[in-house]
Amino acid sequence: MTTNTYDLPDEKGHFGNYGGRFVPETLMHAVLELEKEYNRALADEEFHADLQKLMKDYVGRETPLYLAGNLTEHAGGAKIYLKREDLNHTGAHKINNTVGQALLAVRMGKRKIVAETGAGQHGVATATVCALLNLECVIFMGKEDIRRQQLNVFRMELLGAKVISVDAGSGTLKDAVNEALRYWVTNVRDTHYILGSVMGPHPFPKMVRDFQSVIGKETKQQFFEKEGKLPDALVACIGGGSNSIGLFYPFIEDNSVSIYGVEAAGLGLATDKHAASLSKGKPGVLHGAMMYLLQDEDGQIQEAHSISAGLDYPGIGPEHSYLHDINRITYESVTDDEALEAFQLLSKLEGIIPALESAHAIAYAVKLAAGMSKDERIVVCLSGRGDKDVQTIKDRIGGGME
Amino acid sequence: MMDRIQKALTEKGKKAFVPYIMAGDGGLETLKEKLLFLQECGADAVEIGIPFSDPVADGPTIQEAGIRALSRGTTLRKVLEKVQTFKPEISIPLILMTYLNPLVAYGLEKFSEDAAESGISGCIIPDLPLEEEDFILPALEEHEISLISLVTLTTPVERIKEIGSKATGFIYAVTVTGITGARNDFSEDLAAFLSSIKSVSRVPVLAGFGVSNAEQVREVCKHCDGVIVGSKIIDLFEQGDLAEIKRLVSTSEGVSLT
Ligand SMILES: Cc1ncc(COP(=O)(O)O)c(C=O)c1O
Repeated sequence: MTTNTYDLPDEKGHFGNYGGRFVPETLMHAVLELEKEYNRALADEEFHADLQKLMKDYVGRETPLYLAGNLTEHAGGAKIYLKREDLNHTGAHKINNTVGQALLAVRMGKRKIVAETGAGQHGVATATVCALLNLECVIFMGKEDIRRQQLNVFRMELLGAKVISVDAGSGTLKDAVNEALRYWVTNVRDTHYILGSVMGPHPFPKMVRDFQSVIGKETKQQFFEKEGKLPDALVACIGGGSNSIGLFYPFIEDNSVSIYGVEAAGLGLATDKHAASLSKGKPGVLHGAMMYLLQDEDGQIQEAHSISAGLDYPGIGPEHSYLHDINRITYESVTDDEALEAFQLLSKLEGIIPALESAHAIAYAVKLAAGMSKDERIVVCLSGRGDKDVQTIKDRIGGGME
Repeated sequence: MMDRIQKALTEKGKKAFVPYIMAGDGGLETLKEKLLFLQECGADAVEIGIPFSDPVADGPTIQEAGIRALSRGTTLRKVLEKVQTFKPEISIPLILMTYLNPLVAYGLEKFSEDAAESGISGCIIPDLPLEEEDFILPALEEHEISLISLVTLTTPVERIKEIGSKATGFIYAVTVTGITGARNDFSEDLAAFLSSIKSVSRVPVLAGFGVSNAEQVREVCKHCDGVIVGSKIIDLFEQGDLAEIKRLVSTSEGVSLT
């Protein structure tokens, strides 16, 4: 297929049949205002300058593009490069988006922020910019995620955010989004919702993609400086889909580049404990957008499962849903066990402890590289670092001196 | 020309009272007796909630009712089939309140056809704003099912006008900036809000979200054509207090149409 004139979403926020603005009327005014303000900001040099300055001096961009020599040797095929989003301030790509949205909130005169979080990385990135810009911050987090990401809960509190536990449903990301949306509906007049991924009503999927695209733009430039051409393949993990679309988007029209999104297969696609919305889901409407969703035949949303809190979501953003249907991106999946193995592999071979989310991308990249030739090259988005997951891993595999 | 809902809400010459119940709460076999009871109490129409796993516009009462209904295996298909069996005994309009995804999963065409077959007169879809209406409107119109529009305290004047000029059935004026659930008091702007909608609407304006006692019913009815009461009705059914439901439903009778 060709994507030489890729220009989505359309004015109403649709990517083909996906996306849109399926939110309660109470939120429509805020959603339309946000779109207007975002468009104004895009045309405002001062906004770009402010954003750029924070990205450089505060977030620490640009992040390195690192040739993982030992991992490459281990896989025995294509060269594997890692885009080091784990080296951002707060330890993941999430901050690329929260800095941009917080600046927008300030422009709109909204000094209160609400956000959801799964792994806690988006919550920490939100709490961080709120501390910096002196904004009030409320974070909703599922009870189960609070249990597996204790350290991040404490980090958010240190940063001055109020973390509210969500008991409903499976106590994971989907439930946290529900509560954050209810909170936003009730406090919309003075509160901006910093959504953490490329989901939700228009303009969120576009806006979050744009803020995250810095990953792919830098990668393109850095790769060209090192190799003088385009990479052969890109790999990234997918929760809602923001680090992946951030890497992929600047390459969408480069048809020589194969693109792979990696969903969480949990205990395996043959079980009902996974988060593979594209492989196992159907299009439907949740959290403001039409997208692929894990659901039963009556349209009730099913609970996702992944060892990694950040991938534990039963949907995948509308743009991914579209890029899947037109076959521009190939979507694969990796199980909990494979991710655990990759987590340890990267730690031992490269001295880089990846986030469990990113370990899914590593696991797939190793398989992919093995089947490619030595003169081909893959870029993997290492979306975050694994400090937050060390306790989970220890509980799973043991070790340490008790 | 007046549609079926409009007619039912205005023909008695009094303010309308529309209760909300969650289908399948207490078991789907109780749906018929609840509807017949509400009809006998003088309800002018009934909203039937379809349970959904992720009801983002609802507060705790309706969320919990939905969880109870889902745990009993309630589905949209079963609700439509059930209503079909006692359709001749119901003379007031039935309006489904459902999030969009159960309709998408059912198939929009098929849903509209089956709903019409079961005698459903209207649909309220809280996650379907004006911008996305075209998604389902043609299917509903073909089967003469009204799509009820919501207007909220955050809806700007121009938008209220646009919604008012297209509305069918009635306009659902959301009386709080927030989710469903009982409230103690309302915004001071409520009267102005409701009259601003009334001034541009070609259909009756009913207020809902948070209305939970007779006093509030009377107060709200002063400024519009009737009320919708949800969480409170669910609580009362849950407590088995039918007498109080009867009292509440009849409150609006004392307030005549202005
Ligand atoms: C390190 C890391 N990678 C990936 C994700 C998944 O989100 P997304 O698909 O939006 O990049 C998360 C989410 O919490 C994360 O923390």
